Amino acid sequence: MSITVFVPCDSAALAAGADEVVDAIHKEAVARGLAINIQRNSSRGMFWLEPLVEVVTAQGRMAYGPVAFEDVPSLFEAGFLNGGLHPLSLGITDQIPYLAKQQRLTFARMGITRPLSLDDYAAHGGWMGLQKTVAMDGAAVVQEVLDSGLRGRGGAAFPAGIKWRTVRGTTASQKYVVCNADEGDSGTFSDRMTMEGDPYMLIEGMAIAGLAVGATQGFIYIRSEYPHAIDTMNTAIALAESSGYLGANVLGSGKAFHLQVRKAAGAYVCGEETAMLESIEGKRGIVRAKPPLPALEGLFGQPTVINNVITLASVPIIMAKGASFYKDFGMGRSTGTLPFQITGNILQGGLVERAFGLTLRELLFDFGGGSRSGRSIKAVQVGGPLGAYVPESQWDVPLDYEAYAAMGAVVGHGGIVVHDDTANMAKLARYAMEFCALESCGKCTPCRIGSTRGMETIDRIGTATNKEQQVHLLRDLCDTMVNGSLCAMGGMTPFPVLSALNHYPADFGLQADVAKAA
Amino acid sequence: MNSTQASPEQALIDQLVQQHAGEPGALLPLLHAIQDKLGFIPASSVASIAQGLNLSRAEVHGVITYYHFFRSTAPGKHVIQVCRAEACQSCGSEELWDLAEKLLGCKGHETSTNGMYSLEPVYCLGLCASSPAVQIDDKLHARVSEAKLTRLVKSLESAV
Repeated sequence: MSITVFVPCDSAALAAGADEVVDAIHKEAVARGLAINIQRNSSRGMFWLEPLVEVVTAQGRMAYGPVAFEDVPSLFEAGFLNGGLHPLSLGITDQIPYLAKQQRLTFARMGITRPLSLDDYAAHGGWMGLQKTVAMDGAAVVQEVLDSGLRGRGGAAFPAGIKWRTVRGTTASQKYVVCNADEGDSGTFSDRMTMEGDPYMLIEGMAIAGLAVGATQGFIYIRSEYPHAIDTMNTAIALAESSGYLGANVLGSGKAFHLQVRKAAGAYVCGEETAMLESIEGKRGIVRAKPPLPALEGLFGQPTVINNVITLASVPIIMAKGASFYKDFGMGRSTGTLPFQITGNILQGGLVERAFGLTLRELLFDFGGGSRSGRSIKAVQVGGPLGAYVPESQWDVPLDYEAYAAMGAVVGHGGIVVHDDTANMAKLARYAMEFCALESCGKCTPCRIGSTRGMETIDRIGTATNKEQQVHLLRDLCDTMVNGSLCAMGGMTPFPVLSALNHYPADFGLQADVAKAA
Repeated sequence: MNSTQASPEQALIDQLVQQHAGEPGALLPLLHAIQDKLGFIPASSVASIAQGLNLSRAEVHGVITYYHFFRSTAPGKHVIQVCRAEACQSCGSEELWDLAEKLLGCKGHETSTNGMYSLEPVYCLGLCASSPAVQIDDKLHARVSEAKLTRLVKSLESAV
């Protein structure tokens, strides 16, 4: 009997040389006359260990990593096909503390199954939520999602069930479900992992949404920087359709749900939901004024559910196991789990799915193992480029939407970027303004012009003699951007800027009292 | 050029326009299809796209120039994208960017004079836990040190 070896096909594994490792294993096995069966699985999300090679043994799946193609001959020498010891041995995969300490609900299959295998998906709990949905009234499905407390995982944390209820309550000849997969924020990859690693979960979530609200057409808007995700989703949609999970008659329900991928084209602001709708309609991605809400007048003017990838991907387990199961995780109004993404200057970067309520310190040290450079961690940006920099004094605050909002920060999508003590926070603040200037859609003045004036003002804080006045100007400008911008692009760019100014005044050449007084 | 004899390029564009004409929100999928085939979207194609989709030329031009991904000129033989977003900055991507400019002999958004390389900034390849990240043509590279970038560029040179 041949031995099964798993090597991930996730982009992060490919970028670390997974294909070369597969070639090397194949060649070495042929040379030694050994029968092996190499399978490509999704990634476990421990990216410092990629490529993570797993061998199926009697004790379970044994892991080795990070494996370079040069390591392959010595792995064979060590008998890794029977779980033999090697300097790269990590033991039984499920017992690696980084994984064992997680609460994987949405990411339960990640790294275990083969992304496009319908059999693997079904064997690991897939389609149960959709099967239940088919037998239920749409209103009951919406109620289940409402009861779960699921909030938008893309960053804004708006209750998903309320959007669904609004769309369900409309009468229209055509309704849509749109999945926002324009994951442009630095420090995030959970959407990419989902689409590359467990695409049927997203398809199932979208089909449930479609049946619940009466939408027959769905779109997944995926960024052009994610070619592997686009390919995987397209193939998965075709396979799901030919097996009756999508199409004119979803699981024999007599109801239709069709799904299509739309490829974005590199505009960051298209992650804003109305700009995304414009883009799908074939226009420049310019933000729309609200109201009307997209739930009432969205894509092509029709009622539209818009949710992020992880929001929709969380729905199957909620439907399969029930709202109360999901709601038991988390704290306060932040129910369920969030796939935190620990990135940047961190030793053990990767995906950590845990219930809301753990702290940044736990993520940085218990999971992350401290900085990659070995230097002390200075600042941590939570929630993407529009999220605040969180200083050490706040690392013990529980990761909960409300607790973070109370200190002027955001949990957002759970993307976490770590900077060590070589980071210059004035430079990062300037970069936030510069990025806003580069990516602003240009519709509203505070964002379009404020971002450029912001860059100039930060430069002047560094060089001018009247620093106090410049700081005052910057705060005034940020106030205008926060309160006067149409969307989060201009409205939240001040979060990283002001948090950098407030917590790290020395980097701006300021005394703490000058930074505060102005 | 004789207007009754379209160039092969124009014939291809016309064919793609026809394929996409009935699709709701057809413009982006059409532009992607053209760029996939030709590597860029020729300025000469704007009129036929506009006519085929019943849009104004200004609307088509506006969309092509709004999105960073669409090119109006042919790229170099190899396209090198260096991620400059925060997670990559935290692990040295700015130094890597400077080195890329030196190694490739061109600035960002430019093509080297020998036509070999185009250097593009990219704001996130989704490899933030293994930064800094670089994409060379279709291939992703994680944890790219200065030595690794130098080696990768050298291997492009020797592949010629």
